[in-house]
Amino acid sequence: MRNPVIDIADQKEALVDLNDVWVAWDGKWVLKSIYFKCYAGEISGIVGPNGGGKTTLLNVIMGLLRPQKGTVLLFGRKPGKRGRLEVGYLPQISHAQESFPVTVLDVVLMGLYNRIGFFHRPDRNNKEVAMNLLAKVNMADHAERPFGVLSGGQQQRVNIARALASEPKLLVLDEPSTGIDSVAQEDFYELLAKLRDEQGISVIMVSHDIGVITSHADRIACLNVQLHYHGEPDSCFSPEISEKVFGKDLKVIVHDSECATCYRRHQDHD
Amino acid sequence: MIDIFRLEFMQNAFLAGIILSLVLAVVSFFVVLRRLSFIGVGVAHSAFGGVALGALLGISPTITAIAFAVVVANAIGYIGEHGKISTDTAIGIFFSLAMALGVIFIGMSDQYNVDLFGYLFGNILAITRQDLIIIAVLGGLVIISVVLFFKELLFVAYDREVAFVSGMPVVFLDHFFLTILALSVVISMKIIGIILVSALLVIPGAAALQITRRYVSMIATSISIALISTVGGLIISYYSDLPSGATIVILASIIFFIAFMLGQSRK
Repeated sequence: MRNPVIDIADQKEALVDLNDVWVAWDGKWVLKSIYFKCYAGEISGIVGPNGGGKTTLLNVIMGLLRPQKGTVLLFGRKPGKRGRLEVGYLPQISHAQESFPVTVLDVVLMGLYNRIGFFHRPDRNNKEVAMNLLAKVNMADHAERPFGVLSGGQQQRVNIARALASEPKLLVLDEPSTGIDSVAQEDFYELLAKLRDEQGISVIMVSHDIGVITSHADRIACLNVQLHYHGEPDSCFSPEISEKVFGKDLKVIVHDSECATCYRRHQDHD
Repeated sequence: MIDIFRLEFMQNAFLAGIILSLVLAVVSFFVVLRRLSFIGVGVAHSAFGGVALGALLGISPTITAIAFAVVVANAIGYIGEHGKISTDTAIGIFFSLAMALGVIFIGMSDQYNVDLFGYLFGNILAITRQDLIIIAVLGGLVIISVVLFFKELLFVAYDREVAFVSGMPVVFLDHFFLTILALSVVISMKIIGIILVSALLVIPGAAALQITRRYVSMIATSISIALISTVGGLIISYYSDLPSGATIVILASIIFFIAFMLGQSRK
């Protein structure tokens, strides 16, 4: 029962390949028979309601959670420490750590700790690398500021810089735009597109916000315990799919090419 | 003022107090940032079971207290990771279990040559040269361990999930820190007391966090606050004949409230 849409792109390299994955939590299936692929050089969006298993799916992909059934391949092998080191991960923003006494530069340096190794302190070279990463996300001017005073959008850019420190092939983002105003969101997704286009970094992002996913992802998956759609965003959201994923009362605000955000995006890419 | 530094037991107390200030200030930096205050309380109380066991067996209570505190700290960490209950529930269980064992051990022992009250609330008169050596060796070990693994401990404290994904040995570092916490508690119990030491596992770091925004200055401030409280508390307790542990904790609390108000007024 493979989804025919997946096979169209099979000639491309799959960074992530989930084959009939089942996950139970407290005796209840939270993921059922998931077939999911993420291809190199693409932004994959996973959209679905809260509690639909989105974060669980990300944990399975990174090998933080082992499924009860099915196979998971990350970069062509079983997910483990080696694979995780090639993933840049951004968990959901938490505001619990806002008083944590670190500067923006400190946060980016953390991404380099694994490479620096035990018993060594970050040196001048490491700081230079961190500053270059900050420049990439347009945050170099803020290097010495306390991380907690930044806006949500700025914090996410810094988190991206930290994730890039391990030179990942794949970025995994969990609800990246929560708490970010819409202008900053647009800038943030532009940044992701730039990383994809200029450095070939692939992205998997999860959101409950359909508008965001459909206008910024190259390929989307609609998840509510089962995958109800997996393919190009344009042909998504037939009434029966959105009803299965979000229920009957969903109102979709259509993102067409006339709306400001899409217009901006098309301009930048054409 | 001079004679206070000539008395051998006061010299021991001051030296022990200075080493403990360094240890507790550094540990409290992580306790506050990782929100482990209640673990500190639980581990400190579990040391009581160890002290009572030492008294029963007639061996050094420090050794048995280390065994109790290290086992309980790591057990709390393990159950918090693997069990269906939250960490504070695990603390609630071990805390009372170790205290109950302590009471049973005391009941079984017919000799009262161990000053249990001193272990509970601290007694500066009790610090011998031998205690001082134990405090210096174990305290030095704690500080060296924290210095060696500082950046990893900082990353795990800041963002455990991302630290794990980026290759940090998170579980090892958790248990490593819990062991350090347990050792710090045990070497502090004679001078500050089992009941009161948890205050110094929290207050220096908590007060420092009110008035600093960088981790280097937070640690420096935390150490200064611990030193002022401990040395000041010992001097006050000597001249006014007040219990040392309680005096130190009250002084530290006053500093915390001042820092809190300073922090609020800066906002």
